[in-house]
Amino acid sequence: MVVEDLDQRPPGQPLLQVRDLQVRFTRRGRDPVRAVDGVSFDVRPGQVVGLVGESGCGKSVTSLAIMGLLPQRRVEVAGEVLFEGRDLLTMRRDDLREMRGRDIAMVFQDPMSSLNPVVPIGLQVTEVLARHTDLDRSAARKEAEELLRRVGIPDPARRLKEYPHQLSGGMRQRALIAMSLACKPRLLIADEPTTALDVTIQAQVLELLKQLVRDSGTAMVMITHDLGVVAGLCDEVNVMYSGRVVERAGRRELFGHPRHQYTGGLLRSIPRLDEPRGGTLNPIPGSASDVIPWSRGCAFAPRCPARQDDCLVPDLQLVDDVRPDHLHRCVHPVPVEESTP
Amino acid sequence: MTLIAPGSGSPVGDPFDGPTAHAEERGTSLWRGAFARLRRDPFAILGAVIVLTFVIVALAAPLLAPYEPARAQWGNQVTPGSVPGPSAEHLLGLDAFGSDLLTQLIYGARQSLLIGVVSTLIGLSVGATIGLLAGGIGGWIDVLLMRFVDILLSIPSLLLAVSIAAALGRTSTSVMIAIGVAQVPIFARLLRGSLLAQREADYVLAATSLGLRRRRVVMNHMLPNSLGPVIVQATLVLATAIIEVAALSYLGLGEPNPTVAEWGRMLVKSQDRLETSPQLALLPGTLIAVTALGFTLLGEALREALDPKFRR
Repeated sequence: MVVEDLDQRPPGQPLLQVRDLQVRFTRRGRDPVRAVDGVSFDVRPGQVVGLVGESGCGKSVTSLAIMGLLPQRRVEVAGEVLFEGRDLLTMRRDDLREMRGRDIAMVFQDPMSSLNPVVPIGLQVTEVLARHTDLDRSAARKEAEELLRRVGIPDPARRLKEYPHQLSGGMRQRALIAMSLACKPRLLIADEPTTALDVTIQAQVLELLKQLVRDSGTAMVMITHDLGVVAGLCDEVNVMYSGRVVERAGRRELFGHPRHQYTGGLLRSIPRLDEPRGGTLNPIPGSASDVIPWSRGCAFAPRCPARQDDCLVPDLQLVDDVRPDHLHRCVHPVPVEESTP
Repeated sequence: MTLIAPGSGSPVGDPFDGPTAHAEERGTSLWRGAFARLRRDPFAILGAVIVLTFVIVALAAPLLAPYEPARAQWGNQVTPGSVPGPSAEHLLGLDAFGSDLLTQLIYGARQSLLIGVVSTLIGLSVGATIGLLAGGIGGWIDVLLMRFVDILLSIPSLLLAVSIAAALGRTSTSVMIAIGVAQVPIFARLLRGSLLAQREADYVLAATSLGLRRRRVVMNHMLPNSLGPVIVQATLVLATAIIEVAALSYLGLGEPNPTVAEWGRMLVKSQDRLETSPQLALLPGTLIAVTALGFTLLGEALREALDPKFRR
């Protein structure tokens, strides 16, 4: 249904265009690590785009590179990150700082460590408002109260005076979401926002995010390893493997007809409630460290059940062999008729 | 995964999403919480009692002392072999110059407190400023400042203090500066170190991701988290400062005016009477030790009370 919604939107200029983003961590005396190896994707206004992949596939590094938050030493970032046409990577640091929090904001994984333990919640929320708006102290205080109320924190006036350790994990993540949405950014990058929370709270926080982005028209990049999060939230999904996007499709299309063997393996590995109990799980063999560089062939080949000799083609390109909005990077893709799980 | 309906996101009645804090700590400031924890710590109370007694005695010396300080009125009672011991007029007896020993000890607290506090403040303000600039700005400023601090640090602190005191001449001020400068490297390195440790913290990344300026992130986020160890160190350094004041006096580099009572000099002057009148050395020595212990206990307790990880 969300895919259909998308089609009705005016095509217009994408809000964020990531073009051939590369991040290399240089190491003294050793080969550099290519954490992100040519990632490209678009986010249109109001769209929720998922970046999915297992640990170490480069999804968090991608988000930090977009925000310009990677350390400057021993890190090489190349490519383009266009936000409304302006390249964030070549922009002056001060200009980028102006945009952070106002135009693009981020929600991090661990709500305990992402809040300053010795600063009251209220000050942490109001200082964002003070930075990017002209509100005076009392107005900022009121606005902060309203923000906390909007993210479902009861008794916000009292909570503003409290310290992070006095809030539960779910409350803290709500407070962080309130801070990131304080200046009504047009793009929110959520980096595994529910991973550190327990399952009941996860569902609430996801629902909250979903509702907030829908109400405010904020576009969102949702970074996660949890396919359940993708299913509940994302309009379009990018599956990443070893620093590259290996498959991109609308949510329904991806879950219904995965084409890349990695995506197929991921979906098959999810335990299903309608299967008999005691059945064996279907993990992808090997680990994410069994990779070959993309310059030599498909990085997933060492673990792939369908690999053949011709998978070792340098720099495989994304192809759209079934639908124009469904791209994948697989030489021997999952056949369309078989791929309905 | 079951997603709850929009609008019911409010966690009212959700037992998993309620506040986790102790009711007594709710809505209180960090310092008030720390104070509440300090009151439950017997060592903190012991340290606080010692420090408080010391401060009161130092401040109220003219009221508490039975006689005027450094009036060698009873010099005729002192012989080369012995000094008069405790008596009704002189509760602790006389010192080697015929002054009332209790009076000298009480006025000695004054001198120790004054020099200890002022020198620690000198060390703290200069050292913390260097540490803040080095850790907050980084780059070549960091390198430059820290090499300077390394040079200071490579000289043993007492030797440094002795050289400075000797160079500046024998006055109380030069003792304060000498001890203060000797403490600069400790504070500079400590604050820089804790700032560096904060630099990689998630909340710093989060604050940066919200567009806060570097200076704001350093001053409002990194600095408050780094101050705990510095405050603790200041308390501990006060103890060292009091010992160093005594040590400098002992070495003959302290206050030159013989009428100013000072525990360290009292130790020196009692050296040749150790066998016959050991109380002349034991009493000021014990006071130096107990005062230093008081500050140390308080400092350690403060460290625990201020550390969020120690919350019980």
